[in-house]
Amino acid sequence: MRHPITAAIAVAVVLCGGLAACGSDDSQDSAEPNGEPLVYWATNMAPTIEDDEAVLTPELAKFTEQTGIEVELEVVPWDALYNRILTAVSSGEGPDVLNIGNTWSASLQATGGFVPFEGDALEVIGGDDKFVATALAASGAEGQTPTAVPLYGQSYGLFYNKQMFADAGVPEPTDGWTWEQFTDAAAALTQDTDGDGQTDQYGFAMTGASVANNSHAAFILGRQEGASLFAEDGTPQFDSDATVSAVTRWVDLMSSGVTLPGSAEYTGDAEADNDLATGKVAMVIQQSGSRNALAALGFDDYGVSQVPVLDPLPEGGQATQTMVAGINISVFADSDQQEDALQLVNFLTSTEEQVILNAAYTTLPVVTAAYEDPTFNDDVSETFATILNDHAEPMPQVPEEGQMETLVGGAVKELVAQAATGATVTEDDVRSALANANEQMQAAG
Amino acid sequence: MAITTSSPPPVDPGPVTSGAIEASAGNESRAGSESPAGSESPGGSESRAGIVPSQVVPPGRRGRRLRGPRSTGLLPYLLIAPALVLELVVHIVPMILGVWISFVSLTQLTLRRWTEAPFIGFDNYRNGLNPSSAIGQDFFSSLLRTSVYTVIVVSLAWAIGMLAAVLLNRSFHGRAFFRTFFLVPFALPAFVTTIGWSFIFNQQEGALNHVLVENLGVLDSNPFWLLGDNSFVVIVVVGTWRLWPFAFLMLLAALQSVPDDVYEAAALDGATMWRQFRTITLPLIRPTNSVVILVMGLWTFNEFTVPYILFGAQPPEQALLLSNLIYSNSFVNFNFGLGAAMSVLLLLALLAASLVYVRLFLNRGEDSRA
Repeated sequence: MRHPITAAIAVAVVLCGGLAACGSDDSQDSAEPNGEPLVYWATNMAPTIEDDEAVLTPELAKFTEQTGIEVELEVVPWDALYNRILTAVSSGEGPDVLNIGNTWSASLQATGGFVPFEGDALEVIGGDDKFVATALAASGAEGQTPTAVPLYGQSYGLFYNKQMFADAGVPEPTDGWTWEQFTDAAAALTQDTDGDGQTDQYGFAMTGASVANNSHAAFILGRQEGASLFAEDGTPQFDSDATVSAVTRWVDLMSSGVTLPGSAEYTGDAEADNDLATGKVAMVIQQSGSRNALAALGFDDYGVSQVPVLDPLPEGGQATQTMVAGINISVFADSDQQEDALQLVNFLTSTEEQVILNAAYTTLPVVTAAYEDPTFNDDVSETFATILNDHAEPMPQVPEEGQMETLVGGAVKELVAQAATGATVTEDDVRSALANANEQMQAAG
Repeated sequence: MAITTSSPPPVDPGPVTSGAIEASAGNESRAGSESPAGSESPGGSESRAGIVPSQVVPPGRRGRRLRGPRSTGLLPYLLIAPALVLELVVHIVPMILGVWISFVSLTQLTLRRWTEAPFIGFDNYRNGLNPSSAIGQDFFSSLLRTSVYTVIVVSLAWAIGMLAAVLLNRSFHGRAFFRTFFLVPFALPAFVTTIGWSFIFNQQEGALNHVLVENLGVLDSNPFWLLGDNSFVVIVVVGTWRLWPFAFLMLLAALQSVPDDVYEAAALDGATMWRQFRTITLPLIRPTNSVVILVMGLWTFNEFTVPYILFGAQPPEQALLLSNLIYSNSFVNFNFGLGAAMSVLLLLALLAASLVYVRLFLNRGEDSRA
């Protein structure tokens, strides 16, 4: 009888040891004298995560000085962010404040995991009058209280290498350029400069393997054709005639040979930015944040003009040049320190911080008052601000937006790859790829 | 230690006590059914076992019964409890959870209250298995592609591994170096090597195109390796490259156990190298071989890392393996129910394939050795 008891005690001791280890961890956490710091997940805006930390750390220190609230910063890389957010939503364990891609606003709003900005919450951040109207349009589904407010504004623009245009004797892009002028220029700039029989300079580069960027192209060009990705009642209609011809137009840029074929492999903006800076391609359509990347490459001989638009516009077409791009900020509903969290949101969307942060990230302020600062008076900033304020539409503000991006963007990516590897891509191919995406969207919904 | 060093129990002069304790957990039920004496003992109830005349019950078991099965019975369970709890937490619970998720509609909208996600029966399975729907087509084409991928990669990895093992089985100067060198692909982290491969296969700057187009001049323009049909070739190459050292390692170990004299005898009889390989080596290492192929097959069928690192969350259609499709459904389209249903189907398919394989090859292998 003694052995079982001895052994049972041994087992119990082992088990308790494990538990005690966990227990002591807990007690250490709760023994923190100043209470827990606010946890803030920021998005990767600068070329590297370290750069982001260098930008944000001094500003957050300022916030701590003003309010006494400590902030623990984590910069989350893009490819991990959405999963991290959903994991946080499902477990209730996550940050107090977080940045989100603004196209995700309606999707994340529908999860119910974030604090709605109304009443007292809205008051703490100083009301929604301070925000630029277009930026605010991309903060959630229509008719519902937004659970995110704008933080950084972005729009697409046409970047071009001035020297290459001059060398080729092609007139530089102007605002109001038509799609035809754009493709003609791209063709003229696609050249064999050293005469070895191989094309070594291209008119254009895309980020052909980026699902997100391809979905943006489908949306923007689609709006020019008068397309809506979702019908009024929310049913997906990715394979409408208008979207099919928009995607065909985009893929044709690759098939027609004016686009650097290798750019079909590009997953991020950096590679195309690099091609523009090194004179491999003359034009790229990128978001304003690319100015930072070009500066880091030591390249400043570029201009930015508005994104080309179809002329004449088809029936129902809009002169849309960009979706309302950018970053929004939200407060996690399961946060124990919502009041403090809202104060941080207020701080980051204050005029002073908007000037500092958007200047550092070469993004656009989302509060009207910040535009009075001379930092944003240069030509390039004004071009981007005009595009965002006058020629932008938010991506569909529906909960399924995220899936739409992956399905439509994924289909376009495959089509671009086909075109780059030399296969002919017909309008029927485009239609069947989009119909397939549409069917998957319906099945998932 | 406390168990074995303490003095034997006063009542029982029988065999070593620790043996009785070990036996008591697993063999309790078996002991009863195996021995007619035990099962037919008067009363049959355990509480009465203590008063059964000693000659009916064999001494070994009698000791246990005398001390009362209930109290000794508890100890083994306590001893395995930590392992059991861990096994439950790490394996069983997530698996059951996965099966449950496959029957509910779990999307990003229902994720916050995932325990209340609506039950939809077999809808996820119907969705995944419907060959006329886009999702079903993806599933079946991906299943076929993964099977082809597995057959090619396992065959290549086995052939290369076997060749290397046979070459390095004989002793020569520098053998130790090659043995270590061959293990490099297996020892390096998959992320590091696969990222290296993605540089090699890059269309514009990649080393492969540099060699093919500029150095050798066999091609006029840079082909794409990471897009289109070639992307399948790339995952086969990288998958094989990662896997063959495992085959090499296991087969080399097996070859070392084959005694030299059988080869000598065969050589005296005039058998060629090939004949020796077919009639001596292969049969003698058959048990190892079967296990190696089974393990490699399972690993390869579940391959996720290589396509994911080369192509990201949404690989090109031609390189979309089943695990990546499941990932894409779960974490790109956030249809966790569908992803879970496909996972369950994958599990069932692998289980069935493994059972058939084990019956066909492994049992026979053991018999022939016995």
